[in-house]
Amino acid sequence: MKEHDLICIGCPMGCNMHVTIDEEGVFTVTGNTCPNGERYAKTELTKPQRQVTSTVRVLGGALDVVPVKTAAPVPKEKIFDCVRAMKGLAVPAPVDLGQVLSENLADTGVDLIATKAVGRK
Amino acid sequence: MKTQIVIIGGGPAGLAAAVSARKAGAEKVLILERSGELGGILNQCIHNGFGLHRFKEELTGPEYAARFIQMAKEAGVEAMTNTTVISVSPDRSVTAMSREKGVFTVEAGAVILAMGCRERPRGALRIPGLRPAGIYSAGTAQKFVNVLGRMPGKRVVILGSGDIGLIMARRMTLEGAKVLAVAELMPYSGGLKRNIVQCLDDYGIPLLLSHTVVDIRGKERVEGVTVARVDDKLKPIPGTEIEYDCDTLLLSCGLIPENELSYDLGCELSPVTSGPRVNERLETSIPGVFACGNVLHVHDLVDYVSEEAEAAGAAAAAFVLQGELPAGEPLRLVAASGVRYTVPSTIDPGRMGETQTVRFRVGNVYKDCRVAVYLGEERLRYIKKRIVTPGEMEQVILKKSELSGKTGELRFAIEG
Repeated sequence: MKEHDLICIGCPMGCNMHVTIDEEGVFTVTGNTCPNGERYAKTELTKPQRQVTSTVRVLGGALDVVPVKTAAPVPKEKIFDCVRAMKGLAVPAPVDLGQVLSENLADTGVDLIATKAVGRK
Repeated sequence: MKTQIVIIGGGPAGLAAAVSARKAGAEKVLILERSGELGGILNQCIHNGFGLHRFKEELTGPEYAARFIQMAKEAGVEAMTNTTVISVSPDRSVTAMSREKGVFTVEAGAVILAMGCRERPRGALRIPGLRPAGIYSAGTAQKFVNVLGRMPGKRVVILGSGDIGLIMARRMTLEGAKVLAVAELMPYSGGLKRNIVQCLDDYGIPLLLSHTVVDIRGKERVEGVTVARVDDKLKPIPGTEIEYDCDTLLLSCGLIPENELSYDLGCELSPVTSGPRVNERLETSIPGVFACGNVLHVHDLVDYVSEEAEAAGAAAAAFVLQGELPAGEPLRLVAASGVRYTVPSTIDPGRMGETQTVRFRVGNVYKDCRVAVYLGEERLRYIKKRIVTPGEMEQVILKKSELSGKTGELRFAIEG
């Protein structure tokens, strides 16, 4: 049996939840005050995901960096792999908004895209 | 130079107001923007979570800005960047300056104030200690990292748990810095819950509630800070000090509407919001001068800034096209127990639209309570809330049919 404490982010209430997962993988959630809490706890404890945003270096651009995001959420444990992969990149200006800067970032199956247009210097 | 509507500030409020004013029939709409590009603070907010209400999808700040910049372009809105407004006069002439044009004046039919807000600086916080380099407002650090691509430090303590502070805790961590702690003076965070979980808990960054910085060490550069617990009167408790060795202190201790222009113009300001007092059309005490967005009161979601600014843009267009509508006796809005302020401050039932959104903030955390709205003795609303907090803006939508022909006070309160 596994036990976890987590805070629900479904609404400003922020319920403190206690979750137990037994040997058969059955979830028991307490402390939540609505069904959203149980739903959040299950996703969060089985496959937590986050969309990662950061910046990537631009060569010869009006700005030195361009803001980027993973096109979809990636597994939470892959966040730092993604950030490291982003730091290894340098893209030539101009960069278009929505341009794919790297495919299959850090083997997540998710692309990295620019969230702002950056013109040439 | 003449135009129908001048909008001061090209951030989310100014852009949405401009697009809305054009849609409402104003032919000449000019945005004056101090910085080099439109979009305002959204340009440095590279994280996601914007636009969930507005566009039903999660955008980053620059993406949200780009959509409105595109809309403004398509609507034929004119914009001058690198242009600072120096003064606005009650007859709505706006004096500004830029490198290209020098000092110039624009005669406008209506003016929309959309200057946004500023972060509370160290000088306003009364933190003891030395004055070395390495102390930044969280938003300044955000600009360094996200726009200029420079890191302000390696070991960081953050004072204040406003959303920008929480966002920067994560951002600095992703960029390789060590964020040692976030200290918050109040017993609750001023930030959104999801930011506490996704920016602090995800990275194991401690949030120290009821704590503040009592000393800053270092002569040239920050070498460390001392954090202590505070009692219920917010006074530091001797013996609870924690020493942190760090090179950077970020401050995320509140935002203040930037109203120097409004003050010089003679707009009546609210001591609670530090923004102008406005009527149901978001018009200030100076006829034909409107306000929206964070210059009016600080918002937590840009989606609501856009919505509010659209109302101001439409009202300004109506002012230039139809002139001032005949005024009746307005209802005065009163912030009663638990409610800190309301926007607007007055509603003229004869001039209001079919519905009127009233936005407000509460002064404390209340659980299982009611938002009550009274017109004299009559209770108009009694809305059940599981929780209201100072960090999340609330709103009530009132109907013309229930206010029409009424006079007196509209009282907003938190009960039970």
